[in-house]
This record gives sequence, C-alpha cells and structure tokens, in this order.
Amino acid sequence: MSILFRFLYYGIFIRLVVLFFLGLNVRQRQRLPMQGPAILVSNHNSHLDTMVLMTLITRHGIPLPKPVAAADYFLRNPLMRWFSTKVVGILPIKRKKDHAKEDLLQPVYEALEQSEILIFFPEGSRGEPEKLAELKGGIAKLAEKYPQVPIVPIWMYGLGKSLPRGEALLVPFFCDVFVGESLFWQGERKVLIEQIRHSLSTLEQQAGRLHDEDLW
Amino acid sequence: MDLDFKLDVAPNVLMALAGVFTILLLASVIVAVLKARNPQKDYNELVLRVRSWWVMASIFSLAMIITRDLTLIFLGLVSFLALKEYLSIIPTRRADRRVLFWAYIAIPIQYYWIHEQWYGMFIIFVPVYLFLFIPFRMILIGETKNFLHAVGTIHWGVMTMVFSISHVAYLLALPDNKNPAAGGAGLVLFLIFLTQFNDVAQYTWGKMLGKHKIVPKVSPNKTWQGFLGGVITTTILAVLLAPVLTPMDLKLAITAGLIISIGGFIGDVTVSAVKRDIGVKDSGSMLPGHGGILDRIDSLTYTAPLFFHFIYYFYY
Repeated sequence: MSILFRFLYYGIFIRLVVLFFLGLNVRQRQRLPMQGPAILVSNHNSHLDTMVLMTLITRHGIPLPKPVAAADYFLRNPLMRWFSTKVVGILPIKRKKDHAKEDLLQPVYEALEQSEILIFFPEGSRGEPEKLAELKGGIAKLAEKYPQVPIVPIWMYGLGKSLPRGEALLVPFFCDVFVGESLFWQGERKVLIEQIRHSLSTLEQQAGRLHDEDLW
Repeated sequence: MDLDFKLDVAPNVLMALAGVFTILLLASVIVAVLKARNPQKDYNELVLRVRSWWVMASIFSLAMIITRDLTLIFLGLVSFLALKEYLSIIPTRRADRRVLFWAYIAIPIQYYWIHEQWYGMFIIFVPVYLFLFIPFRMILIGETKNFLHAVGTIHWGVMTMVFSISHVAYLLALPDNKNPAAGGAGLVLFLIFLTQFNDVAQYTWGKMLGKHKIVPKVSPNKTWQGFLGGVITTTILAVLLAPVLTPMDLKLAITAGLIISIGGFIGDVTVSAVKRDIGVKDSGSMLPGHGGILDRIDSLTYTAPLFFHFIYYFYY
C-alpha cells in the first residue's frame, strides 16, 4: 500500500513538479554517487530542496536517498509519521537528548552502515534565498566516525525564487544544480567543515555568475 | 476506402509528415555512416541533436494527427517552457514573483482565445491588456527600483514566447475551407517545417562556404554565405511545398519563402543578442544537442507572426 503511494508521489507528483513545472539544469551530474553509503550536503532555502535532491538519484523512478529530518516536526502526528517515513522516506532524528549519554545521530550511523545515501542540510533550517548560512557540526562528527563515506556538496539555485520561505504560491523557475567533488575526512572536524563551506561557496559563485543581476 | 475513425488532418498533411520522417531517417543514416567512416571523430553532439529532432517531430506529429486541441495544448506547453527558460535566465526582482505568476497565467488565457477562435481578443490580449496590466500589478507591490527594466523584460518575454508563438496555434483556428488542400494544419506544418529547415540550411551553407561575417558583434558564426544559401534553399522548398500544404500561388509562395528565411534569421540573431547580453551560451539544457527550447524556437518567434499575418491578409 505505502509502496503505491510512494510511487504515485515520486513517480508522478514530484516528477511533474520538479521536472515539468520547474525543470533542472544539472552541472557535473557524473559526480553524484550512484550507490551508498554517501552523504549529500546542500544549501536549504525552500521546501522544494528535498524534492529536487530526491529526483537526482533514482532507481526505477523511486529515489535512493533519504533526507535526514527532525523527528519532532515530521513525526508530530500519525498521519505525518506515515507520510514522512513511508511515502517521502525520511530518516527521522531527534533534536533534543532524553538523557545525557544519548547519541542523536545513532539512526544515521545505522543507515550508513546499511549503505544508504543520506541528505543533510548542514545550515539547519531554511535560510535567506540563495545565501549560505553558517554550517552546523553534526556532519563532521559523522565523517570522523565513517571516514570512507564520501560527502558530496550540492548547490541549488532557483528554488528560493520558486518557493521561498513564507510563500505558498509556486512560481516556476529553472533550478540550476551544481554538484561538487566528493570530500573525505582529513583528520580534523574544523578542516572538514571548512572544506564543505569552501566547496559550497565555490559552487554558489558559479551559480552567482549566471545570475549576477538578480535582485532577490 | 472506408475508415472507421476520422483523422483530424488532410491526407496532404500526412504525406508531408511522412516526408519529414523520411528526412529524419536520412539524417540518422548519414550520421551512422559518418560515425562508421571516422571512428576516431566525436559525433556525440550531432547524434544527440538528431535524436532530439526525432523526439520533437514525433511528439508534434502525434499531436497534429490526433486532434487540433492537442496541438493547441502542445504549443501552449512550448510557450510555457520557453517563457520559463527566459524568465530563469534574465535578471528578475524578488518583488515581481507575483507579477511573473501572471505572466505564466497569460499562457492558458491566450490559448483559450484561440480555442474559441476569437480573433479580436487573440490579437490584442497580450499587446494591449497584458501590457497595461503588468505595470499595474507591479504598482500594487510598490517596488520602484528597476521598475522600467522589469516591465520591459517581462513584456518582451510574454510578447515573444506567448504572443508570437501562439500565432502558430491560430493558424489552426482559421477556417479550413480557405485552404482546401490541407487546412490549418497544412499551414502550421509549412511554417514550422520551413522555419526549422531554414535554420539547418543556413547552418549547413555557413559551414560549407561561410566567409564573410554578417553580424560579427552578435553572432560571430553567422555568415552572408550561410544566410543567402538558406534564403535560396528555403525559398525553393517553399515553392515546392506551397501547392501541397497551402492555397498560395507561385508569387506568394516565393514571398512566403523569403519571409520565413529572412524572418527566421532575424529571430535567431535577436535571441542570440539577448543571450549575449545576459552572458549565457545556451538558454537551457532541455534538448540535448540543441540547448534549451528557446534555442530551438528563436527563429519561430519571428516567422510565426510574420507568416501568419501575410497569409491572413491574402486569404482570410
């Protein structure tokens, strides 16, 4: 049953929205990992971000990646729980510890050990359109524990125009997707965060050169 | 012969479509031969381009054969995709999100007038009503910085991608009895086939004989030899096709050939100038080997209204 909804959601609805209403221009598509384990890290401006990332890596029309998302929001009632976990296919994590020793990233470790592809938004919540906010540290902790897992930076431009934070009206614009080279653990958390930040802002500049006169 | 179902198009149109696919088949064979002869050369771009032609021609032919309304929807989608490409590459303002939404809404409205065969509304909706409405909608938002630039670019986009392209569709709304040979569908095929053929012909002549640049600042690859070669071959083809697909006699067929080949060239370089201004090479990546949809219909944005009003003046 859930499989049917999952197919209708991704095979028809998301495809229609992402590939027809919006449309993607993907640069360096060959840099995307075709199998797990891998972590995609990207900027976050719009509810559309996850939808676009999910269409990038698919098998038989069903996306392989799992977006890592806040359990308190996405599992807040039974219907949301069913939709988020069975249809969308998120990997829920808690934002607050129940006891001091709890490791909130435990579900992520398990997923990576099962060779899943995960989607991370290291900026946390959706920020200003097409701007990179400060990055959070969880990703570095993961890289340290799993140094062989590639981290793939992805910059998306246009979704913050199509559906920015606080707007309900979707206005179609093509989305430019820039895929960066895979990054690996180099022995220090700060170094990794800096590498990700540097890679994302390089991709951001590439996107910015195409849209340098936009007033958004 | 008795047919159980009635097709929406005249036999001449089917014949012409068969001709189009024969040409595509020929193109595929030529590419295959080239590849076999020079295995070390990279023909990937050419292969992709021919493949995209197959896809475009197949979808378009299917729509044409099934019903008139499907062709209208198909052309409406072309307008949508082209407008979206244009609005995605031009500089826009955040304040205009809702204005741009109205620019998109204009597409179904414009094609609805065509479906209703309401010529008076079709011909003034975009140039008059939308032209007056867009700045008004902007004023309701109130952002004045770059106001004129935004009004100008949005209106140029809607005129080109919606108004111009919808002229192709209105050919289908014209009464069939004025063109007994092939009806409105014949005119559409004549216009689109010659426009696309002219693009290929100008490119091919330019590659073979090109020497003297024609608009070096806008499009450095365009030459006088390519342009004139295209004009001559397209006009000859127009004379050959006119009796099959249109009501035109020799004199009008020659004029139509000149309008399509010269107009097509101007449309092509106009869109090139826009892309050069913005600083992009291709308008998108929807059509592998061609670029974006705007790269494919650039010539049509000129030939469609020019050919439409030419034939409309003389026959309708």
